[in-house]
Amino acid sequence: MRTLHPFHGGIHPPEHKSQSTRQGIAAAPLPARLVVPLRQHNGNPARPVVAVGDHVLKGQMIGAPEGFISAAVHAPASGRVMAIEMQPIPHPSGLPDVSVVLEPDGEERWIERQAIDYRAIDPADLRNRLRDAGVVGLGGAVFPSHIKLDASGLETLVINAAECEPYITCDDMLMRERAAEVVQGIAIMQHVMAAREVLIGIEDNKPEAISAMQAACQGSGFEVVTVPTLYPSGSAKQLIKLLTGKEVPSGALAPQVGVQCFNVATAYTIHRAVNHGEPVISRIVTLTGNMEEPRNYEVLIGTPVGELVKVAKPRADTSGYLMGGPMMGLPLTDPGVPVVKATNCIIATSAELFPPPPRAMPCIRCTRCAQACPADLQPQELFWFAKAKNFAKAQEYQLFDCIECGCCNYVCPSHIPLVQFYRFAKSEIHAQERDRKASERARERHEFREFRLEREKQEKAAKHAAKAAQAAASPDGGSGDEAAAKKAAIQAAIDRAKAKKAAVTPQNVDDLPPEAQAKIDEIEERRTHARESAGQAAAVQKSDEGQGAS
Amino acid sequence: MLNALLVMIGLAVALGAVLGFASLKFKVEGNPLVEKVDAILPQIQCGQCGFPGCKPYAEAIASGKAAINLCAPGGEAVMKRLADLLGVEPQPLAAEAARPKPKQVALIDEQICIGCTLCFQACPVDAIVGAAKQVHTVLDSECTGCELCLPPCPVDCITMVPVEEGLNGWKWNYPVYPISDDARKDVEVTS
Ligand code: SF4
Ligand code: SF4
Ligand code: SF4
Ligand code: SF4
Repeated sequence: MRTLHPFHGGIHPPEHKSQSTRQGIAAAPLPARLVVPLRQHNGNPARPVVAVGDHVLKGQMIGAPEGFISAAVHAPASGRVMAIEMQPIPHPSGLPDVSVVLEPDGEERWIERQAIDYRAIDPADLRNRLRDAGVVGLGGAVFPSHIKLDASGLETLVINAAECEPYITCDDMLMRERAAEVVQGIAIMQHVMAAREVLIGIEDNKPEAISAMQAACQGSGFEVVTVPTLYPSGSAKQLIKLLTGKEVPSGALAPQVGVQCFNVATAYTIHRAVNHGEPVISRIVTLTGNMEEPRNYEVLIGTPVGELVKVAKPRADTSGYLMGGPMMGLPLTDPGVPVVKATNCIIATSAELFPPPPRAMPCIRCTRCAQACPADLQPQELFWFAKAKNFAKAQEYQLFDCIECGCCNYVCPSHIPLVQFYRFAKSEIHAQERDRKASERARERHEFREFRLEREKQEKAAKHAAKAAQAAASPDGGSGDEAAAKKAAIQAAIDRAKAKKAAVTPQNVDDLPPEAQAKIDEIEERRTHARESAGQAAAVQKSDEGQGAS
Repeated sequence: MLNALLVMIGLAVALGAVLGFASLKFKVEGNPLVEKVDAILPQIQCGQCGFPGCKPYAEAIASGKAAINLCAPGGEAVMKRLADLLGVEPQPLAAEAARPKPKQVALIDEQICIGCTLCFQACPVDAIVGAAKQVHTVLDSECTGCELCLPPCPVDCITMVPVEEGLNGWKWNYPVYPISDDARKDVEVTS
C-alpha cells in the first residue's frame, strides 16, 4: 500500500454521481448540423484548410495546427462544409468564434486510417502526429498534449482518473468499459517520456473503475492508487502532491519536479490516434442533473448542446444548462453552442437542484476559506485585494496559484462569490501585462524616432558644411556644362513646385471665423516676407557666384 | 585610548574611501526617477498632458513641475501608480483627462490619401509607412491611437477606429452581486 500525502484543505460536496452510471455509454445520434470551432485548445486557433462547399470525410483535417502551441481539428462526420463563420462557442464571454459548419451526409465514410508503430518511430515524429490528430488534454484544460509529452527521463507519470467534481462520471464509465484501451494509451505515453513509474490515481467512490483498471494493468507495471474522495483531488498539482508527495513550486510546471500528469481520457484518445489512426472527433459526455434519463454518451465534437440533451429527456422545469461540473462549470447562455473537446459534462439545472445563492454578506474573516483552500492560499486576503483592485498585493499573495476550484466559495458562511473576484483580478493583470508590453514597444519606437530625427538633422548639417567647404575650396564654382545642367535642373524643380503650390487650393477656408481668418492672413504675410527675403538672398548669392565665375 | 582613537579614525578613512569609490563606480546615468515615472506612463505620446510626449511629462513630474493627474490615456490607474511611486496623495483626474477613450487605431482611407507624408511626420512612433506621393498606411500593431496624425492630414482621410478586443482581449467583469439588506444583523447571527 502506497503512502499518500494529503494536500491542504478540500471539501466534500454531495456527489450526485450514481444516477448517470446506471447504464453504459451509448452513442449519441448524429445531429443535422455540426459546428466545429477552430479554437478548442489552449494556444493558437487552428487554420481552416477546407473551403465552403467541400465534401469532407469523417476524420479529415479541417483545421491545421498553427504554430507550436496548437492542435488540429477534424471533421466529426462525413458531409459537406456549409460555412466557415463566427458561431457561438462555450466561453464565459459569450463571444462567437470562427467555426466550421458541417452538414453530415449520414454515410459516415472515414478517411483512410493508419495505425502507427510507436515503438519504431522517433518520439518527436510521434508528437507531431498527435498534434495533427488533435490530441489535447480532455480533463478540461485542453492543453495540446504533444507539448506536455515533450519531457523525457521522467520520474513519475501520473494519470489523473480522480474525477473529483460532483455529477461528472465520464472518466468513471470510460474506465469501466474501456480499461484495456486506456492502459494501451498509457503505455504509449510511458514509452514517449521514458517514465520510471506510472501511477493512476482514482477516487475511492469508483470501485468498478478501480477493479477494471487493476485487471487491465496486470503485468504492465502501472500502479492503480486509490485515493480518498475529496474535492479537488483531481486537480493536477493536488493529485501530484497526493500520490508522490512532491509539491510543484508556484509558477513552475510539473516536469521540473520530475512528474507529468495526464487525464485518463487523454490516454484513451492517444490510443485511438496511434493504434487506430483515429483523430479526436468525439468524446464521452455525461448528461445529468435535472433529466429523466441521465447517462453517458459518446458525442461527436460539434453537436449542438440543445439538440444533444434531448436524448436524456430534460425535465420540464429545467432552467438552464451547465457545461462542466457544479463547482467549476460554465453556465451556458445559448443552448446552440456545440460540444467541444473540453466538454465533459452537461448538467440540466433547476431551481430545486441549484437554488440561487443566498445574498452575500461582508467577510467576517472567519478563515474557513483558508482552511478549505487546496492551494493553501489566503482567499479572504485575495478577495480583499481583488475587490480593492490592488493587483500587486494579490499577486504577492500568490493569486496565480489559485486553481479556481471554488472550495472557498463553497464554505464561505457569507456566501461571497470569491472566485469571481479571482477571475476578475487575473484577467485584469493579464490585460495590464499586455498593455505594459505594448507601451514598452511604443517607448522603444518613439525613442528610435527621436534618435532618427536627431541623426537626420546632423546628417543634413554635415552635408551643408561639406558643400560650403567645397564651394569655398573651388573658387571657379565648377564652371562648364555640368554646373549649368545642374542649375537648370534645380530651376526646373523650383518652377514645378511653384506651379504645384499655386494649384493647391487651401482646405476648409470657407465660413472661417474672423480670428482664424486673421491668423491665416498673418501667416500669409509672414510667408510673403520670407519669400521676398529668400529671393533677395538668392539674388545676392547669384551675383556673388557670377562674380566668382567670371 | 589612543589605540581606540586610531582604530576609529582608520575605520572612518577606510569607509570614506569605499563610499567615495562606490559613488564614482556606481554613478547612475540620468535621473532614475524620470525613468521610473516614464515606465508607468502609457507611452501613447499623444501630448494630451500638455507636454510633447510621455518622457517630457515624466521629467516634469520628477522635478515636481507637473501634477500627476494629467495623463488622459493612463486614466486613474496610472495616476494611482504615480501617487504610489512618489508617495503623494492620489488626486482626481484633471477635467480634460477624466474622460477615458476606448482603445483605437488610425485608419487611412487609401482611396483619398495623396501621399503628402504629413501624417507620417507627425506620428510619434513611426506607425505610418509610406513615401512621398505613395499611398500611406498605418501599422495597426504599432499605432498607439494618439490621434496626432489627424490634424496634419490636408485631405482628412484618417479616421480613428475602435479596436475590437475579441476573445484574446476579453476580460472578466468586476463582480456585482446582491448583498444582504440586513447584513449586519446576519453577521452577528453567523459568527
Ligand atoms: S470564508 Fe468567507 S467570511 Fe470567512 S474569511 Fe473567508 S471570505 Fe471571509
Ligand atoms: S478557488 Fe482559489 S482561493 Fe478558492 S479555494 Fe480554490 S484555490 Fe483556494
Ligand atoms: S497624456 Fe499620457 S500618454 Fe499622452 S503624452 Fe502625456 S503622458 Fe504620454
Ligand atoms: S498612426 Fe496616428 S494615431 Fe497611430 S500612433 Fe501614429 S500618429 Fe498616433
